[in-house]
Amino acid sequence: MAAKQAGARIVSDFILETRGLTKHYGGVHALTDASFTLKRGEHVAIMGDNGAGKSTFVRQITGVEQPTRGEIIFDGNAHLFNSPIAAREAGIEAVFQTLALADDLDVPSNLFLGREKIRWNLGPFSILDRRAMREATMAALVKTGVKIPNLSNTIRNMSGGQRQCVAIARTAAFKSKLVIMDEPTAALGVQETAQVENIIRTLKEAGEPLILISHNMRQVFDLVDRIVVFRRGRIVANLAKEDTDGQDVVSYITGAKTGAEFEGAA
Amino acid sequence: MANGEALHGVGGLTYDPSRRALPPELNVLIALVAITVVFELLNRYNFGWLWNDLPFQQGKSFLFNTRDNLDTLFNEQRINIILLQVAITGIIAIGVTQVIILGGIDLSSGSIVGATAMIAMSFAQTATVNGNPNPKAIFGEGFMDLWVLVPILVGLTCGLIAGCVNGRLVAYTRIPPFIATLGMMVSARGVAKWWSNGNPVSFPTESYASLSNGDMLGGMTFGLLSWSGQNPALVFFLLAILFHLIMTYTLYGKRCYAIGSNEAAARMSGINIARHKVLVYTIAGLLAGVAAILLTSKTLTAQAGMGVMLELDAIAMAVIGGVSLTGGRGSIIGTVLGALIFSVIISGFTSIQLDAYYQEMVKGAIIVGAVVMDQWRQSKRGRG
Repeated sequence: MAAKQAGARIVSDFILETRGLTKHYGGVHALTDASFTLKRGEHVAIMGDNGAGKSTFVRQITGVEQPTRGEIIFDGNAHLFNSPIAAREAGIEAVFQTLALADDLDVPSNLFLGREKIRWNLGPFSILDRRAMREATMAALVKTGVKIPNLSNTIRNMSGGQRQCVAIARTAAFKSKLVIMDEPTAALGVQETAQVENIIRTLKEAGEPLILISHNMRQVFDLVDRIVVFRRGRIVANLAKEDTDGQDVVSYITGAKTGAEFEGAA
Repeated sequence: MANGEALHGVGGLTYDPSRRALPPELNVLIALVAITVVFELLNRYNFGWLWNDLPFQQGKSFLFNTRDNLDTLFNEQRINIILLQVAITGIIAIGVTQVIILGGIDLSSGSIVGATAMIAMSFAQTATVNGNPNPKAIFGEGFMDLWVLVPILVGLTCGLIAGCVNGRLVAYTRIPPFIATLGMMVSARGVAKWWSNGNPVSFPTESYASLSNGDMLGGMTFGLLSWSGQNPALVFFLLAILFHLIMTYTLYGKRCYAIGSNEAAARMSGINIARHKVLVYTIAGLLAGVAAILLTSKTLTAQAGMGVMLELDAIAMAVIGGVSLTGGRGSIIGTVLGALIFSVIISGFTSIQLDAYYQEMVKGAIIVGAVVMDQWRQSKRGRG
């Protein structure tokens, strides 16, 4: 495995690389030896059945959890993210399956949750720079093409699509090097899904790399360059979009097929 | 919003500013005004004969001055009492409001007042009462007639420690806040009784007594204004303004709302939740300490039973003021208005000579009514 990955040490090519990433919850092996690469500007989809280890994988590289074993090399440096803040400071922005939004706060407060702009630093009683956060929010919304009727509306009063858009705009409000989306359209209607997909295309045009977790085959083939399939905690296929089709991917997901280089893995 | 018009329409949605929800505090303010008007009417057209066999008499007023020998517009005595009688519970309610917004609950504040009152008062005693040695002395000669700052600091420290213990229990064990603060409620009451074997602690120094009974506003404005004997009310309003600003404009306030509305999201965003919880509970304890100092200074004595049920009154004030018990919603202004509603009801019932028993019944009904109104308003507004 290590020999095969030796070429990946050319730093500039890859924004993210994981080597033998493993996560055990007690006796449950949620993720085993996940070795994954992502080129700069590349959009990759992660697919797999429920419980295949997709979300576990994402939780390791976003610092929500720490891997049992394995390395994360992000932007040329080995990292051990001990918190989501550490991952975010390194430049990884994630939109989680369970929306990480505070329902009773307005849009700017949610965008800057956990990294508020400060006017006067007084420790925990620091005075917030509300105008700067508001302006940065507007800029982020314009950049991602998200349309929210009223910035001072609380999230509670928004539709599912608007909530998702706010969560995605969060990634644009900061200089991120990598965006990760965990089923961003799972709970959305047709029109709202189209909106989110447009945002993803905007990211592609801007050359920002993306990891997309999705169950939606049409969406995946529309949006990404490469598909990585997880099964039972392992990576079982790494497919360029041109070389595969929906039927093929499904057979990898269900276990009817396993990628040649991953034989013996699952 | 500069280019507000440009920003409309996920799926053709448009933003109509006229449909923006009114601040929830407005409803509480309307309720306060309505209740005041009701008592004004009940006073003007005296209904006392209905329930008290008093002779029918007209021409009284709830809020306004009806005496010819005074030339003030309002009944200042009544207004002063309304503000004073709610001030000490109100100070506790400011802390409780923050804890509830954070998504917790604090049942211990009344007991913390009891324990802090006993301990702080012991350091405020005077050596001689009318020429005789102080009959209620807790400590020996060396601890009598201390500088007034000593009992203040002792009181604040007691509140701070109790609050910090609450906060640590809630933040670092998996005990729900209800249980953690219930434990503190029982234990702190035990401390209050143990401190002097159940005896009251009395006869404070003159400077300690003047903390509540002096004229702080006069001192602060160099005699320009005067509000004698109303120091607890003054402190209540100053603290309310301070914490309103803190909850609105600082990181502290923003994090209280964030943790209260979605703790998991706050954690994922990298907020140090445990540390923030300790801070909020500590501040609530500190405010209970302030309340204990003002209360003992006002009554000139401390008893182990002081502050019983104050925590529930404080929670009720917050709830009437629109603070949601599920966390994330509410404001200090709402709680202040809720506290005033409480006080107006008590004064109102006294002014129409209705027995005190009815006060409690009506208070209970108003608490439930306030929550029902809030729920109804929430569901009516729905998604806007």
